[in-house]
Amino acid sequence: MSIVKKIKPLLVALAINSIVQPQVNADEFELSGKVGYEQRYFAEESQYQNQLSRSQASIFFEPELYWEWDEGNSSVTFKPYYRYDEFDAERSHGDIRELSYVYASRDWELRAGIRKEFWGVTEFQHLVDVINQTDGVEDTDGEDKLGQLMLNLSFVRDWGIVDLYLLPGFRERTFVGKEGRLRGPLVVDSKNVSYQSSAEDKHLDFAARWSHSIGVFDIGSYWFHGTNRDPILSLSTTEPDRSPSLQQHYNQMDQLGLDVQATIDDWLWKFETIYRTTDDEDFWAAQAGFEYTYVGVFDTNADLGLLVEYGWDSRGEGDKNSSGASIQNDIFFGSRLAFNDMQSSEMLVGFGADVEHSAFSFIMEANRRFGESVKISLDIRVMQSSEPSDALYSLKSDDHAQLAIEYYF
Amino acid sequence: MLNKKTAVGLFTTFALVMASHSILAKTQEKLSAQARGLEISKEAKSRDIGWVDNTSDMTMRLRNKQGQESIREIKTKTLELLDDGDKSLTIFNKPRDVKGTSFLSFSHAVGNDDQWLYLPSLKRVKRISSRNKSGPFMGSEFSFEDLSSFEIEKYNYNYLGDEVVNDLDSFMVEQFPVDENSGYTRRIVWLDKAEYRVQKIDFYDRKNALLKTLSYSNYKQYLDKYWRADSAEMINHQSGKSTELQWQNYTFKTGLVDGDFNKNTLKRAR
Repeated sequence: MSIVKKIKPLLVALAINSIVQPQVNADEFELSGKVGYEQRYFAEESQYQNQLSRSQASIFFEPELYWEWDEGNSSVTFKPYYRYDEFDAERSHGDIRELSYVYASRDWELRAGIRKEFWGVTEFQHLVDVINQTDGVEDTDGEDKLGQLMLNLSFVRDWGIVDLYLLPGFRERTFVGKEGRLRGPLVVDSKNVSYQSSAEDKHLDFAARWSHSIGVFDIGSYWFHGTNRDPILSLSTTEPDRSPSLQQHYNQMDQLGLDVQATIDDWLWKFETIYRTTDDEDFWAAQAGFEYTYVGVFDTNADLGLLVEYGWDSRGEGDKNSSGASIQNDIFFGSRLAFNDMQSSEMLVGFGADVEHSAFSFIMEANRRFGESVKISLDIRVMQSSEPSDALYSLKSDDHAQLAIEYYF
Repeated sequence: MLNKKTAVGLFTTFALVMASHSILAKTQEKLSAQARGLEISKEAKSRDIGWVDNTSDMTMRLRNKQGQESIREIKTKTLELLDDGDKSLTIFNKPRDVKGTSFLSFSHAVGNDDQWLYLPSLKRVKRISSRNKSGPFMGSEFSFEDLSSFEIEKYNYNYLGDEVVNDLDSFMVEQFPVDENSGYTRRIVWLDKAEYRVQKIDFYDRKNALLKTLSYSNYKQYLDKYWRADSAEMINHQSGKSTELQWQNYTFKTGLVDGDFNKNTLKRAR
């Protein structure tokens, strides 16, 4: 889908607004953003053919342009993004993270254009977060998302906030290319994509969500109807003369989701669940756990957070007939140490393990501000599995350290 | 004629009466000091109600022992609620890496506040625990409780006497936090007698040792009634660090309503 097609509704919205309010003058303009350098170093040589060796460098640029007028009730945000990777052609990519218009009235808001929307409460898996497609080449954690074109009406009522979404157009997930590490033996072919819907990537998706805070509880619930953001990957049979690759198939789904957090003193209790139905399978999954914070640990200014979460999926581990779920009976432990110092130094350690067999992943993330505008982060990831059917097995040689230097302006 | 036994008995009675008188007097003195402390604090609070809402820009200048500085820029919008604690939106502009991060708080005179944090890079609204009253705010010498609104119910009081501070004749009131999660055993607050403005606060840590001193300067009057300082400085006596606050663009009665304080406004706050 071309960019022009994507921004057309936005331009329409802008045009309508300029008709309604002829004297549009941008009262405020702001330019901010970040630019960064990232260096990965892999502990072992690559497992698969064509993969880069041990060192991988990349640079990225993410400016944000913001205009507002009408005392801040109308605004436009433009946030393009580009990353250049020295080896992986798929990871060298650009995206419009945001190009949207927001009109805010007293108890309702209209948001039109390319945007990102996050739902959910848990930390180790984001089950209920469904609006945006994952930008899979960015990082392994799945937290980076591609911009999604939408028309979103939001109403604030005494009994909660209701959001209605029309989502024209679908974004295919990005996958690491043949030169990249952190992938399985087969490359996912970005050009070999099929859809259940005849409208393909132009299917009009729909979502409605209610969320509310009642005492210590924060609750959200939604229904989503449209293209499944998770592709079904299968061995490509269409081009037998080429080296084998994986093709992507996107079916249609209906999904009900619920997320609840109870904030009770130093405890955050978290629960997320989804029920998804497609022509291929119906299943439900849940992620639940808690976060406890020791304030001023060891008589210092630091806070120590302890996190425990459990993930379950009714599809189970998968077999010859079904791909199953990567998180189906997994437990996660984490610890977050915030030093609360002038440089906002932080450290996060996480450990995930499959309860049924020996597969685990370990992450350590540390970051600190240097001066007023530079942030340096160091991530270390270790993945191990003895079970060839486990998703982590294909990544067992990809343990790496990642250093990122970001400059904010 | 009094026999020896009667004399001893009388003397004992006399001594007991005298002692109980002095205990009574001391108790009365203590009670009156408590009542006086509460009275002064209530007067200060009553002089600062009815401002409806306000917005302001705040600059924090953090200094460590070596004199290195770091700047924080924060915008706040506050709605006064007379039957409960205030509602407020805090928007961070500097340091740049936290730009766009905003914080929504429904404070309560009694019990925990309700607090949400918006993280713009993830577009995520997180409900956070408000138990962390004693922790530093953005690495500064101010803790969360130092920056929260003053409510009568938060302390027990004791009037200590009068003293001249900033060339102003002032009351000295000791405040004991009711909340067990407070980082302090007590605070000593100096309020000038003329306008009941806080001039200075000494903070005593959990071991009852002097931890910090906060001094306000350059008070200005708004709407012919409400006094706000242009600047304040918090000095940590134990670490040698300090944080200077400066406020600009104080505006009152801007027309903020309850609907300006929810998760939607939190997400687009600038």
